[in-house]
Order: sequence, then structure tokens, then C-alpha cells
Amino acid sequence: MSDWHTSTLTQLAAGLRARKFSSVELVRAYLDRIDASQAALNAFISVTREQALADAAQADRALAAGAGGALTGVPIAHKDIFCTQGVRTTCGSRMLDNFVSPYDATVVAKLKGAGAIMLGKTNMDEFAMGSSSETSYYGPVRNPWNPQLVPGGSSGGSAAAVAARLVPAATATDTGGSIRQPAALCGITGLKPTYGRVSRYGMIAFASSLDQGGVLTASAADAALMLREMAGFDANDSTSVDTPVPDYVAALEQPLAGLKVGLLREFFDKGLDAQNEQRVREALKLYEQLGARLTEVSLPNLPLSVPVYYVVAPAECSSNLARFDGVRFGYRCENPRDLLDLYRRSRGEGFGAEVKRRIMTGTYVLSAGYYDAYYLKAQRVRQLINADFTRAFGSVDVLMGPTTPTPAFAIGAKTSDPITMYLNDIYTIGANLAGLPAVSIPCGFVQDLPVGLQIVGPHFSEARVLNAAHAFQRASDWHTRVPQGYA
Amino acid sequence: MSAWETVIGLEIHAQLATRSKIFSGSATAYGAPPNAQANLVDLGYPGVLPVLNAEAVRMAVKLGLAINARIAAQSVFARKNYFYPDLPKGYQISQYELPIVAAGALDIVLDDGQVKRIGITRAHLEEDAGKSLHEGLPGVTGIDLNRAGTPLVEIVSEPQLRSAKEAVTYMKKVHTLVRYLEICDGNMQEGSFRCDANVSVRPAGAHKLGTRAEIKNLNSFRFVERAINYEVARQIDILESGRAVVQETRLYDPDRGETRAMRSKEEANDYRYFPDPDLLPVVLDEALIASVRATLPELPDQKAARFASQYALSAYDAGVLTASRELAAYYEEVVRELAQEPKLAANWVMGEFAAALNKENLEVGSGKLPPARLAGLLRRICDQTISGKIAKEVFETMWSGGASADAVIDAQGLRQITDTAAIERVIDEVMARNPAQLAEYRAGKDKLFGFFVGQVMKATAGKANPAQLNELLRRKLAG
Amino acid sequence: MALTREQIASIAALARLDLSSAEIPVYQDSLSRILDFVGALDRADTTDVAPMSHPLPGLSQRLRPDVVTEQDRHEQYQANAPQVAAGLYLVPKVIE
Ligand SMILES: [Mg+2]
Ligand SMILES: [Zn+2]
Repeated sequence: MSDWHTSTLTQLAAGLRARKFSSVELVRAYLDRIDASQAALNAFISVTREQALADAAQADRALAAGAGGALTGVPIAHKDIFCTQGVRTTCGSRMLDNFVSPYDATVVAKLKGAGAIMLGKTNMDEFAMGSSSETSYYGPVRNPWNPQLVPGGSSGGSAAAVAARLVPAATATDTGGSIRQPAALCGITGLKPTYGRVSRYGMIAFASSLDQGGVLTASAADAALMLREMAGFDANDSTSVDTPVPDYVAALEQPLAGLKVGLLREFFDKGLDAQNEQRVREALKLYEQLGARLTEVSLPNLPLSVPVYYVVAPAECSSNLARFDGVRFGYRCENPRDLLDLYRRSRGEGFGAEVKRRIMTGTYVLSAGYYDAYYLKAQRVRQLINADFTRAFGSVDVLMGPTTPTPAFAIGAKTSDPITMYLNDIYTIGANLAGLPAVSIPCGFVQDLPVGLQIVGPHFSEARVLNAAHAFQRASDWHTRVPQGYA
Repeated sequence: MSAWETVIGLEIHAQLATRSKIFSGSATAYGAPPNAQANLVDLGYPGVLPVLNAEAVRMAVKLGLAINARIAAQSVFARKNYFYPDLPKGYQISQYELPIVAAGALDIVLDDGQVKRIGITRAHLEEDAGKSLHEGLPGVTGIDLNRAGTPLVEIVSEPQLRSAKEAVTYMKKVHTLVRYLEICDGNMQEGSFRCDANVSVRPAGAHKLGTRAEIKNLNSFRFVERAINYEVARQIDILESGRAVVQETRLYDPDRGETRAMRSKEEANDYRYFPDPDLLPVVLDEALIASVRATLPELPDQKAARFASQYALSAYDAGVLTASRELAAYYEEVVRELAQEPKLAANWVMGEFAAALNKENLEVGSGKLPPARLAGLLRRICDQTISGKIAKEVFETMWSGGASADAVIDAQGLRQITDTAAIERVIDEVMARNPAQLAEYRAGKDKLFGFFVGQVMKATAGKANPAQLNELLRRKLAG
Repeated sequence: MALTREQIASIAALARLDLSSAEIPVYQDSLSRILDFVGALDRADTTDVAPMSHPLPGLSQRLRPDVVTEQDRHEQYQANAPQVAAGLYLVPKVIE
């Protein structure tokens, strides 16, 4: 059997349970696909072949004994932002090139507990700071639909890996769109859960009040299955929320009739590529046919979400990344003259340009004399944006719009101007500022490049958001398309 | 009157006596091997997150209630950002705009007996840093992060202290209080209780504060006093020579008895405080505050007032006896056995007992002389079995040997002689042996009375009842 | 809002980042542009609006029981350290 890679995660888990094939066979096949793709896509930073095969053998024994969890024997990959015990965890940075985590992130431990097999760690923008996966110390990730283009970011390695079917699912994180934007650009499903739904423990922090772990998959049903295993309260994360995890898989088939969908007026603005808009409008039409009721809603403060983000996220990151000082772990410069030299050169050499830019921006907006004008002002506007969302969810069940303004762009096209790059996340950042769950699903193509539809729901409405995404995928086949060369 | 007025505010750091750290499950015990008590959270490892220790919160609330402060219904942890090798995350988690305790006060007694109320601006929770070790490491500094993450409460006074002496009195008062509350072991040598002193001077009568220097990490009362006195003199010198005091952080060097500017902090600090996004607001409901209130012990001032009235003691004695909860408890145990003589008990507890402890550097609770034993000795003074003077000898023997007062008195035959006939017999002998002195006395040399007392005491090995002896001797000598 | 060379140098010093003289003008340019861009926030009227530092309002900090859960693992943790001796992390001599 050689078409495992065209099966969904859900199908693979069922096939393993039914013992139609073994985990070792499956894992070996996917590892081979990873190896074969690496030169073209650069989706992985580390591949843990030996451990994966050993784990797969163990999974097969568990399956043979009738034991095992929901994902026993299923191969997955982790974004290299998640700490994995005994495995190098780099966060895409020279700073952590030699860092071997002594512990597992909660997400990693939970998926391990559910039986999933890790095949490796995926490439990403350095410290998750980027929208194109070009800032990695390990080189840019390439888009499987066209290797001249970016896959989006920061979870570009996970997105490219799932799009090219190198793994059926990969974990990812989303601080300003880092799951949804690469999902859109790579033609897959990307879910960013409610802030606090998935533990942040062991996920290397970029901006703590915005970061949320999630998943990239080929379908909403697969995302539901993954989320069910990843989510839940964690005593190690003070911001994790102690509320029961519903069975997202069981909720998938709820009827859609009567779903009140708000179309975000601010998302259909002049920045949106006309063809992109057309694909999104077609998708919305399909929703109407499925029984949804569409209305337009306005979130007047939403256009300020990118400026808010580029104050709040750098501020938090400037502090979060202070621990990388060359003393306890990570990169240390050669022959430091004194302590100050040790700090300045270890950090100056260990961090890449974009990370340094954000640390400096954050340092500036928090510094004496600027804190009120930038940081506090941004947090106040964030409150206004949050209030806009709350108001909107008073009248609609979910909000829909484009995930990105354009399809994937060329590698190098936006690296010279940070603002152009930052504007990629114009439609995704709002959900992070307000902590909302959101999903991006493929809804068509523009010049052979995938386009994403974004669905945003109120806090803890993952079941509803996934249900809406799943209904669309039952009525369409965009999510089954695989890039040429990887089919 | 000096032309200058000294203005001092203290920031006291008290390590809270929790078992585990403020944001991690690492132990807080003192003296562990380097970094043996530093876990991933304490080391600031990538990806880890803080979770707040309930007991640290309860202890801070307890302190707040004891100083009649406002307990914040909602307080917020913030990050204080700066780089230092003993600060693993590059920021200290502390409280800034919204501390857990605000606007309290503590009364101190000045030398002239006046009571002065010192305002406590705030008390906030924060984590301690680790330690840098310089000795025995050529060219490098070693970092031990065992202390990193130990819970601290920082108690910030108003700048209302006017001399080094007042500052020490206030600091001792806080020291007494935190030990009463059992929220801090108060061990200053181990750094469990230490302070930063903000010191400035201004022309007497001026309203505007002078430029201050902050003297960091003073860990003994003596150092606090010396450092402030040195610093005040230094600043007055500067001002009198027409120069200006520089606002800076200084260190006290106990070997030289001087303060000096800290080199590593020369660069202007910009701490970039902002709310810690890894922690949520700490919300304290009435029920929690009430449950902490229920654990409040009788506080030092309350106890001193009660001692003064219940045991008819002077304010001074009551203050000394209540300076520690253990000493006060010891005293009350003694008085329980000796209800009719609280003053005698006070004198002995503050006198012989405290001196003996001091000499051997022992704690009240060392068990060396249980209160019932001391009461047993005092009882023998009351019932005139022994004199106060003999009692001191018995005390020495009891202290070193551990026997009861009665056993010592019996074994050494120290029982007081109260038999009139026996005392008279000795007086007669002494008079017979000293005819010349007797004649002189009778001729009017009254001073010789003491000589005869001494002779009788010598002959009875000090055991004659002094009052009886006086009376009998006076009569016999008169002839 | 144009940042000067000196401002970039002092921000970099505060953030402990060594920048080459070639890097300074690059950051001067991009940080200035970013600050201009976020200057759009001034347009919003935030009178009487409280700053929002957590995405889930109304939650409060959970408290952990005061229990020691950790053991001595310093050798394992120090496997990642650039320089250690006798259980201590080493840095160039710090003079206070
Ligand atoms: Mg202080
Ligand atoms: Zn402090």
C-alpha cells in the first residue's frame, strides 16, 4: 500500500486500530517522504528517524494487545518551538542550535500520551517572528505548490509538511496568524484555538498574551481529532483555562442550518486581492446553500489590529527573550572580554535580524517616557478591538472572511520592508488580540495557488468553528488537493 | 541642633517561610549544594511558566492585616526587566502598580519613650534572585540559583525615619513582627531578612527632599546603623562643600565601614515594568482574607500592652519580654507557676535567663531551662528557702547541670537559716571573736554594722535569712 | 518619527544586543518606519478605556499548594550550559 499519504489522519488512526497496516510501515513511508522532500522544501529542522521507528514498533505492540489511545501509531511532526525531551529544540534560531530540551512541552506529552509518533521538528521563522518562514537560521521553507514562493509563517515548516503530505498532521503556534496564514498559503486546514485552551507550557514564548498552540491538518475533521488530544487544563500554565474539553470529533456532524455568519466588512477592503476575494465570496455562497444566514458586520477598530500587535508582541518578546543570555543554555560568543561583552555578543550573534528588530522595538515601546504612548495606548486599543468582537458575537455565531490578502508571494519579495511583511497578518491578528478561536480552510485557487477562508468564533467555540469548516469540506474538495509532485 | 535633617526610607526584604518557591515546586531550604534547588522554572528555561504559591499569598496578607494595611482585592504581577547573571529570566517577577498590600503603619518607641508612627507605603510579593560567588574562582564568577525564586515580601516604608537609630528601631520592629507572624525566620546571616536604605539629607526645616542614595542589601542591624551614619556624613560633607549629591546605588563595605557606588549599576536603569502576561491578576476574596485573619497571633504591641496591665510591669519591661514571641511565651509559662510574683519572674527572665542564653548564643526554645524549672527556683526565693543571692548560685548550677532547684539546694545544703535561735548563736560567736570592733561600734561607729553582717554571713555560708539577721544583729549589738 | 543613531545604540545597549556599525542605519530606518506605522494608534479615542493585558478578561490567578515537587537535577539541566564548574554556572568576573 503506497497511498497512505492521501489518507486523512482520521483514516490512518482507524486503519491502524483495525490493523490494516502497521505503524512501522506507515512511519517508514512518511520518513522516506520527508527525506525525499527535504532538499526541495526544507520543511524539517530535525528528523528523529530512529526514535520514531522504535516508538512505532512499540505502538504496534500496543495495537496488537488491543491497547492504545486515539492516535496510537499515527505519525505527526512538531513545530520546533515545542520543547521535546532529549531532542534538539531550536526555535529556528542559532541561539538554540545546540539546545536539547530536558523536558516535554505539555502538548508534546499529551500527544505522546495519545499514542502519536513524532517524526521530527519542523522549520519555522526564528522564534516564530515572521510571516514567511524566511527568518529561520536553517534557511527558508519553500511552498510545495511552488518552490519559488514562501509557505507563509511562522509555522511554514509544519504547513509545507502537511501540504506535501510528509505527515498527516503537525503542531503549530499562532501569535498573529502563524497557523492560519501558512494554512491558507499552503492549501490546508489550520486551527488556532481559544487562548488558554491549549497549554503554553513548553512552547517557547514569543508574545505570551497572544501565543496559542494549535494544529495544521489536511481537514477540519483531523484538526478536531488532534485538538481533542492536545487541549485541556494544565496546572503548569497559569493562563490555561479549566473548562472541560468537548468531543470535537462528535460535534463535527451537527447540521449547519440557521448558522448566523457575519461577514467582516473591514476584511473585504481595498487591500484584498480581487481574485482572492472572489474565491472567498464563492465559499460564502456555498455556506448559504448549506443553510447559513449571512449578514455583514462591522468592527470599526479592527483596522488598528496590526499597529496594536506591533507594539504588544515586540514588548512581550523583548522581555521573553531576555533569558537567552549565554549563561545557562544556548549560544555563547567566543572569548567574551567581560560580562557585558558576553551578553551583547552572545545575543547579537545568536539572534537573527528580525528577532533583533522586534526586541529593539519592544525595548523602545516599554522604555521610560514611551510606555504610556505606545504600550498602554496599544493595550487600550486592544480593549476596543475586543469589544468590537464581543458586540459582533452578540448577533452572529461566527465571523467569516479571507485569511490573507493575497496568495503566496515570492521568497525575498517582502524581506526588505517589515511593514509590507507585517500587513500579511492583517486579517488574522484580531483573533489573537481577543484570544478567539479561528480556523483557515482552503476555498479555491488563484493561478494555481491556494486561497484560505477564515472562520472566527467566540471564546471556546472550537466545536462550532470546526463544525462549520467540516460542513464546507463535506460539500467541497479543495482540501483534498495535493501539490504536484507530492500526490 | 544640626543644620541638616536626615530623611530615611527603608525597603525591607523578608524571605517568606514557605516550603517551596513562589513560582515553582523547588525547595527553599538554606545551604543546599549549588543549583540543587533550581528547577526549570527557576532557571528560566525556554517554555516554562510560573504558577503562584498560595502560601506566599497568605503570608503577605497576614503581614498586611498585622500592619492595618489595605489588602488589595486585585493585585498584579509585573516584570522588572534588567540583565544580571543571578537573574535567570532577565526580569524579576515583582509587583509594581498594584501591590498586594498598601497603606499600613507600624509604631516604634523612640529613646525618649515617645511613640512614633511609621507609615508603610506598600508591601509587595516578588521573587528573589540567585547568588554570585566570586571567591576562589580566578577570573570568573560562579552563579548559584538555589535562592532564585524564593518568595520575598518587600516592605517599603515612607521616608519618615529621621536617624540611623530610628531606622534600626523600625527595622527591629518589623523583624519582631514577621517572626511573630511566622512568615519569615528572620535569619539575617542567611539573608532571610535584609534591607535597602534610601538616605538623603536636606537643610533643617526644608520641605523638598534632598537627592537620595540607595544603600543595597544591608543584612545586620549594626550595618544598617553604620552605613546610614556614614552615608549621612558623606552627603553633608558634599553639600557643605557646595557640591551636589548624585542619585545612585551604593554598597556598604563592612570592613572599611564605608559606602561606595556600585560599579555594575553605573548605567542608568530603565526597568521597563509591564504586567506579566504569564500570570493573571491575583484576586483575594473576603473569605480568604478572613481565613488568614483567623490565624493572626496576638501581635507584639497588643501583647506588650497586656503584659503591662496584667502583670503590672513597666512599659519597658513589657517591651523587652515581648520582643520575641518565644520569650513572651516563656515568661508566661513561668508566671503561670508563680502567679503572685510576676515582677520577680520578669526580672529573672530578662536578667539571669536572657544573659545565660546570650552567653551561649542559644534560642529561648532551646529547652536548656524549662520555664517550670525556673519557676521552681523563684518559688524558693518567695518562700525564703534561699536568698536572692544564693538563688543566683543555684541558677548557675541548674543551668549547667540541669537539676531542679530543690535538688541543688539540698545537695549543696543551701537552705536558708531562718531559725532565730540558730542565727542568734552565730551572732554571739561573732561578737565574742571581735571584741574590739564591738567596742568601736558601741562607741558610735555605725559603719561597722556591715562588718558584722559579713562575718555572720561568712560563718553561715550566706545562708542566714538577711532580713532576720539584720533585725537580730541590730538588737544584739545594741547590747 | 525618525530615530537617531544614538537612540538605536542606546536601545541596543538596554537590550544587550551588539550591533555592527553597518546594522545601525538599517535598524534606524526600519524602527522609524515601524514607529510611524504604529503611530496610527493615536487615531483611536481611548478615553476611559482600560488597557487589556490578557485576552480572556475576568480570569484570576490560580494558586498552587505550597508543596516541594522537585528533585536535584542540576547535572541534567547543566548539560546545556556553556560553562560550569562545581555545580555553578560560570560567567566572566563580575565586579560590583
Ligand atoms: Mg526595591
Ligand atoms: Zn525588591
